[in-house]
Amino acid sequence: MSDLLKLSLDEVSTKLKAREVSATELAQEAFAACRAAQPKLNAFTAFDEARSMAMARAADDRIAKGEGGLLEGVPLAIKDLFAVEGIDTSASSNILKGFKPTYESTVTSKLWSEGAVFVAKTSMDEFAMGSSNETANTGPVVNPWRAKDSNESLTPGGSSGGSATAVAADLCFGATGTDTGGSIRQPAAFTGTVGVKGTYGRTSRWGVVAFASSLDHPGPFAKTVKDSAILLQAMSGHDPKDSTSLPNAVPDFVAACGGSVKGLKIGVPREYRVDGMPEEIDRAWQQGIDWLKAAGCEIVDISLPHTKYALPAYYIVAPAEASSNLARYDGMRYGNRVEGSDLNDTYEKTRGAGFGHEVQRRIMIGTYVLSAGYYDAYYLRAQKVRTRILQDFHDAFGKVDAILTPSAPSAAFALGAKSDDPIAMYLNDVFTVTANLAGVPAMSVPAGLDKSGLPLGLQVITRALDEETMFKVGAALEDSAGFTHKPEKWW
Amino acid sequence: MTEHTYRLPGATGDWEVVMGLEIHAQVVSKAKLFSGAATAFGAAPNTQVSLVDAAMPGMLPVINEHVVEQAVKTGLGLNAKINTWSRFDRKNYFYPDLPQGYQISQFQFPIVGEGAIECERDDGSRFTVRIERLHLEQDAGKSIHDLDPNSTYVDLNRSGVALMEIVSKPDIRSPDEASAYVSKLRTILRYLGTCGGDMEKGQLRADVNVSVCKPGAYDKFRETGDFKHLGTRCEIKNVNSLRFIRQAIEYEAQRQIDLIEEGGKVDQETRLFDANTGVTRSMRSKEEAHDYRYFPDPDLLPLELQQDWIDQIRVNLPELPDEKRQRFVAQLGLSEYDASVLAADKDRAAYFEEVAEGHDAKLASNWVNNELYGRINKEGLTIADCPVTAAQLGRLVALIEDKTISGKIAKDVFEILWAEGGDPAKIVEERGLRQVTDTGAIEAVIDQLIADNPDQAASVKEKPKAMGWFVGQVMKAMQGKANPQAVNEILRKKLLG
Repeated sequence: MSDLLKLSLDEVSTKLKAREVSATELAQEAFAACRAAQPKLNAFTAFDEARSMAMARAADDRIAKGEGGLLEGVPLAIKDLFAVEGIDTSASSNILKGFKPTYESTVTSKLWSEGAVFVAKTSMDEFAMGSSNETANTGPVVNPWRAKDSNESLTPGGSSGGSATAVAADLCFGATGTDTGGSIRQPAAFTGTVGVKGTYGRTSRWGVVAFASSLDHPGPFAKTVKDSAILLQAMSGHDPKDSTSLPNAVPDFVAACGGSVKGLKIGVPREYRVDGMPEEIDRAWQQGIDWLKAAGCEIVDISLPHTKYALPAYYIVAPAEASSNLARYDGMRYGNRVEGSDLNDTYEKTRGAGFGHEVQRRIMIGTYVLSAGYYDAYYLRAQKVRTRILQDFHDAFGKVDAILTPSAPSAAFALGAKSDDPIAMYLNDVFTVTANLAGVPAMSVPAGLDKSGLPLGLQVITRALDEETMFKVGAALEDSAGFTHKPEKWW
Repeated sequence: MTEHTYRLPGATGDWEVVMGLEIHAQVVSKAKLFSGAATAFGAAPNTQVSLVDAAMPGMLPVINEHVVEQAVKTGLGLNAKINTWSRFDRKNYFYPDLPQGYQISQFQFPIVGEGAIECERDDGSRFTVRIERLHLEQDAGKSIHDLDPNSTYVDLNRSGVALMEIVSKPDIRSPDEASAYVSKLRTILRYLGTCGGDMEKGQLRADVNVSVCKPGAYDKFRETGDFKHLGTRCEIKNVNSLRFIRQAIEYEAQRQIDLIEEGGKVDQETRLFDANTGVTRSMRSKEEAHDYRYFPDPDLLPLELQQDWIDQIRVNLPELPDEKRQRFVAQLGLSEYDASVLAADKDRAAYFEEVAEGHDAKLASNWVNNELYGRINKEGLTIADCPVTAAQLGRLVALIEDKTISGKIAKDVFEILWAEGGDPAKIVEERGLRQVTDTGAIEAVIDQLIADNPDQAASVKEKPKAMGWFVGQVMKAMQGKANPQAVNEILRKKLLG
């Protein structure tokens, strides 16, 4: 492997445009790297070499004519939740194994229309339900990072663990993810990559297998803040096929990345200092505060008083929506069916065999909280909490321009460490779910390494529709952190 | 109690019946409620199914604005409150003809609130039915169980088609009133162009809630609004003709009365009406009822309507049946009965208005209601298939009005129009059907008749009714073309002198 794949998306784009490297050559390298890494990292669920090469050749043709979009010739990996026409799209679930959509998701359509080249589908927690990528039907994805002097396999986080791994291991230049409670930001933090979700509705959900409709945010993984801005730029925009898509014009995210943060007010919410949080997380957070202060920001202590209710509310709303969204996987029209003795038996056998345990658990929780007699106590109350959390952010953004928090309560943990304890697993989302409940933009930026040499991430949250400030602050953190670490190649 | 109260005798005295109806009306729209797929009836199975209707992974609903307009229009036609804020909820249950695993409906916040319509019983008396609400929802697909002994087939053409569910208050008190209510609702929907109303094609389906109570109990309910005064209700699902609605209610009311009088208790349940046996039978009890786990559909934003937009729809509403009936009486001088019959059907009313344009409205009304509809009904046609156009019938009426032909000859001309078509005036000319008003010619015929039948002529003096024979003979001799008034006048003069 040459060093080409180590370049950032922005850098490789420049080389492509200057025709120092061809899209075909790049696609071949990326494809080969993905293939070679697959036995060890298990990050991918589907390849289509012929398609990848055809797309690369088409990109080369456009570049030769002086044409081309924002991502012309750039190989990207796509989370298995996005429908890619004619390619297995199974949400890492047995119930959809082998399902080939006849349609293309809006987000991937936009990426292809900007010239991006498909390199692979990436593994994920089944139906995006998980924080460790261990619930995928194809087995866990392995984090390219390892602790110092250890061969222990770590989780890349989840649910978008395959995408995070693909970017962290320099197998491609960016990847799509979806973030329902932290499924982009937590894996980004665990893999030393940049992960972003925009304002709710900024990116279309059309053609993305639904987990929890009101919380699902498609977004990118990237190697740098600027790369993430380029990718979100390409993914965003109004989609009439998604009723919750924002009609607002998309600002120039890329331009925002270099902007000065001088005078910006940065909120540090006291409620995010949770019990039992490793000291190193706290230290990284303090480091981030210091960097921003040094860059001319004003640091403001703020309160987001309903934070502690966010996680319980999230684990009511998300399963409730999921229980309904996943009802369509009944083995009747597509996907896999297990024949039973009658209709109900067929449903039970199909869904019993098709869904893994975590998905079944959440369907049951969701069904329960929506049941007659429980709806008010659970779902309705959770929605009220959601309104309060939104109000918390609204109040906070009356005083500050951005909020800085850790992305996750720990660095990457060992595969299997939490897979028997759903509550411990759910706690991974403690810092990230609030932004989903409120629909505000948030990103994770690599901040440094902990003592054992594992990456830690910091989260920047801004007000709805203000991704520009988020990118500005994210770029400032990136600049101060000077994070250039890469996992040592062992795969 | 009024003279219209419907009562059923029982061993313990009389019983009364209380009903509320839920009507599912398919919205007239080329596309479905949340997808762009077509809605035409009778297409080959599964040919009108979009990715959204088949609930493919990642598909999302987008509201059809035209359907919203249709619902608002209907609400206005029902004199109902239009809610400027409404919301779509998911009703969750599993069935193979429900691809999403939920129906998108409006549970808590419907688009249309309370309203009222006036209906007419068989005897012509009127009564009011209050509307509780109207909401929009998706139709399910169709399960076909009889194509194969071991398999069920599913046709998703109907999946996602927009329905309006119109819920009445428990204001309906007899089988006649139930039928009158559905009939009136259907008329209004057809006038508005918001539902085709064809029950055979499933465009209009009724769920009938029936309970029985003792005389006086209903009045207490109306005074207090407290349902405890009423009996336990059973819901008869999916009754699909006016006749079946009457039959189902008659059967169900009697069943409940018999049950109570035998010491039993009516269980709240869902029942099905079997049109072959005329019997209702239990489908599922209250305990077996689904828990639909309603919650707001997170894929859709609340529906917010601008008052201006609603007002614009109101301004453009067509004339509705009650207004039309009143106008026919007040401006055209029709009888209440004739006006009511004409206004009850939008197409009949429109046909009549074209016939009556510039002519005697009563004459036009008689021709449309009697001759034309007599013939249409006899042939089992609808006004749309009628071979005689309103313009033709109008010209025929004109010929009667200006005495070119008699009413009797007009019937012959109508037969020719029906069978062969053509212009009435031309038919009259070509076939020499013009009425003879030349009294000289008529007199000549009469004189000849009297000369040939002196005895008959003499008998008329004692039995004036016998003159009818002479009228018939004159008409026969003149191929019916003689002006009947002139014939009568001359005969009277000559025979009774």
